[in-house]
Amino acid sequence: MRALEPWVVEPLQTFLTESSARLILLMTTSGQVVAQHGFARSFEVMTDAALGSAIVASTEELARLMGASRFGAVVHGGNRQSCLLAAFGTARGRWIGLVVFGPETSVGLIQLFFDQMVEDLVGAAPRETAAPPMLAENFERELDSSLKELFGR
Amino acid sequence: MSHANNALERVTQVPGVRGSLVISAGDGLVVAERLMDGIDGRAIAALAGSLIQRLGRATLGAGMRIPTFVHLRGDQGSVLAAPGRNDLVLVALTGLNANLGLARVEMLDAVSHLS
Repeated sequence: MRALEPWVVEPLQTFLTESSARLILLMTTSGQVVAQHGFARSFEVMTDAALGSAIVASTEELARLMGASRFGAVVHGGNRQSCLLAAFGTARGRWIGLVVFGPETSVGLIQLFFDQMVEDLVGAAPRETAAPPMLAENFERELDSSLKELFGR
Repeated sequence: MSHANNALERVTQVPGVRGSLVISAGDGLVVAERLMDGIDGRAIAALAGSLIQRLGRATLGAGMRIPTFVHLRGDQGSVLAAPGRNDLVLVALTGLNANLGLARVEMLDAVSHLS
């Protein structure tokens, strides 16, 4: 597992152990990666972070159009593996979790332990001001830097 | 859904039963529930679903059939589970002084009517 901030590691590790999820990606709503487990290549992380944040933005807009406040989570069910995508608030701003899991676990278990991980993350987050909004001119540099840190190169 | 509600109605009428649920074992999700306040049906569905699936794999691996009834006894009460057709499982939570024999009979009969 790789994480940009050390306080994220323990809740994430507990989630992985309890839920038997295969992959997890934590990112901000602007697609900046905070932590990952199970991804082998940085371009997979970049693609999944961009797609994940776009899906969450689309579903939140859809919820607004339907008069709902927000959808709690999006689950894509598959035969060999499935995916859960959910956004949540932290002291560091709004984050998104993308979890890939297989038939060795269940969507109920993933949701249960994901909610516990969110509680743990919210409790563990240092009380600092939220990160400033990502500017377009800084985005690529920040993304490169966080990917280098997450993949150690 | 009426079959599920009928099953829950029958089980929760047994003395000492604190609540019951119909769950989908594969997904670990609640299909229908009748629980006392303060009991987290979502957590029970996820964990009981996982337990039933693992027990099923274990018994099949040992050359036996999938269990027809599971009784987990704890310090404060019991969790009872009766797997049915189509991946559905009838689960009941009981206190220490529950009539477990009656609960078992009602659950096995009720789960046979779940489609």
